[in-house]
Amino acid sequence: MAFDTFQELLAMGGHAPYVWSAWGLTAALLLGIVFHARAERRQLLRQLQRRARREARQSAPAAASQPIQTSKGGCTNDA
Amino acid sequence: MWAFINKLRSPKWFYAISARLQPWFWAAALILIVTGTIWGLAFAPADYQQGNSFRIIYVHVPAAFLAQSIFVSMAITGLVFMVWKIKIADMAATVMAPLGAAMTFIALFSGAVWGVPTWGTWWMWDARLTSMLILLFLYLGVIALRGAFASRDSASRAASVLAMVGVINIPIIKYSVEWWYTLHQPATFTITGRVGMPMEMWLPLLIMVLGFYSFFIALVLTRTRSEILRRESNKRWVRELVEEAN
Amino acid sequence: MTASENSLAKAAAALREEPGDGLAVAVWATLKRDLVLMLRRRSEVLNPLVFFALVITLFPIGISPDPALLAAIAPGLLWVAALLAALLSLDSLFRADYDDGSLEQLLLTPQPLALLALAKVAVHWLLTGLPLALMAPVLGIMLSLPAGSYVVLAISLALGSASLSLIGAIGAALTVGLSRGGVLLSLLVLPLYIPVLIFGAGAVQAAILGDGVLAHLAILGALLALALSLAPLAIAASLRISING
Repeated sequence: MAFDTFQELLAMGGHAPYVWSAWGLTAALLLGIVFHARAERRQLLRQLQRRARREARQSAPAAASQPIQTSKGGCTNDA
Repeated sequence: MWAFINKLRSPKWFYAISARLQPWFWAAALILIVTGTIWGLAFAPADYQQGNSFRIIYVHVPAAFLAQSIFVSMAITGLVFMVWKIKIADMAATVMAPLGAAMTFIALFSGAVWGVPTWGTWWMWDARLTSMLILLFLYLGVIALRGAFASRDSASRAASVLAMVGVINIPIIKYSVEWWYTLHQPATFTITGRVGMPMEMWLPLLIMVLGFYSFFIALVLTRTRSEILRRESNKRWVRELVEEAN
Repeated sequence: MTASENSLAKAAAALREEPGDGLAVAVWATLKRDLVLMLRRRSEVLNPLVFFALVITLFPIGISPDPALLAAIAPGLLWVAALLAALLSLDSLFRADYDDGSLEQLLLTPQPLALLALAKVAVHWLLTGLPLALMAPVLGIMLSLPAGSYVVLAISLALGSASLSLIGAIGAALTVGLSRGGVLLSLLVLPLYIPVLIFGAGAVQAAILGDGVLAHLAILGALLALALSLAPLAIAASLRISING
């Protein structure tokens, strides 16, 4: 250990603001990047699922009768 | 070799194989970075000249290495895209640019902060920081150019050209800035140019560098997979995948 | 038919007749056409020069009229102002041709686009970079530039602005099809300008200090050689992207 106590580790021999701000920004950015990547994937999948559901709804009534797509009553809109 | 390149043309294949690769790289990144952090912050010796602010090296150097490597990777994937028309290459290049810019920013910020106890100033126009700043502008240029085109194919090709032009310039810029700096600052005190760093100091540094590289590869794999879903959303295999996830 | 379409038609006809000398004819035709067109738009030739003078005027006003201070920063100021003036003139390098369709015609000729683009850039340098280089010593007087550096100032700017035209043309080609391409052009091109700036201003400072001028000029020459060999290819590729986009 380069430090005798945890307080000394935090204090970094007086250089605490510099060391911790540099490391803090790095940690924040790296973690932020990871969370953003995961959120991006989730959002994308949700978007694609919504689109798949919309297309399924649109094609189902049309497959029954007309080739033209209509939104008859009973079809609720997904916001 | 050529079979591999032909497989690369299939985003579906890449999606499957990256699913298996990415956990390993994420795990490696986590283990290496945590180990390097604890070692560098708590166990490595302080520098006799700079004291504990020396520990900033454990984020500054890996970030700086990555900032430059990512730009080179971006240029290489751009070249691969332009020459062999492999879409994956362009998708990877798209996700590399923001990460490279973030790494450059980390290198700049940590370098500047390091300068306060060392030089007594918040910013120093030394060769390394100045080169990093210019690199940040190059990254921002590539990102801006890609976003400015309406057609994705034009955007991809334009960004590839710019990345290749930029990568040729990077060594030229580095050399010029070093020349410029030594002309105006005869006392060349380099913060990190230590010949013969003791092993207790460079081992955690090596671990951090490896950890950052693993992070880079893991993130590119993950975000490229998202990019594949985004761009290939009309393909049947993506639709089936989305259905299964439902 | 407009004058530009006229001369292009003539060049195309000439190409069909002399396949052997086709390249030389095409390059010469492009040179002549661009020269004539640019000289007709005289304001486009004069604007960068006026901008140069204006910016140089701004600095003493914004900083200090003290001749000693100005003399110390003059090389850098002159170089930066000239660089920005050259940058401003880049946007119009391809834009007029893009707008009226002659750029597309250029892409369709059998001649290598890189060489034709090089011809256009040469004209741009002749009518922008070179005049800036010749005007700089006059502005140097206003900034109390120390004696013995005026010739080097002109030479470094002449050499350097050629590289700036070549590098800038890559950016201009990439952004010519974009609606707000102007600011993006600056963002793309300015980082790439920095090595030229370092050695150009460095040459002038070396002349003031009395040593090392040739080394700086030699490196400027090397940068120009590199730009001459690689930039035309990048310009051609970028023009294709912009037209097809």
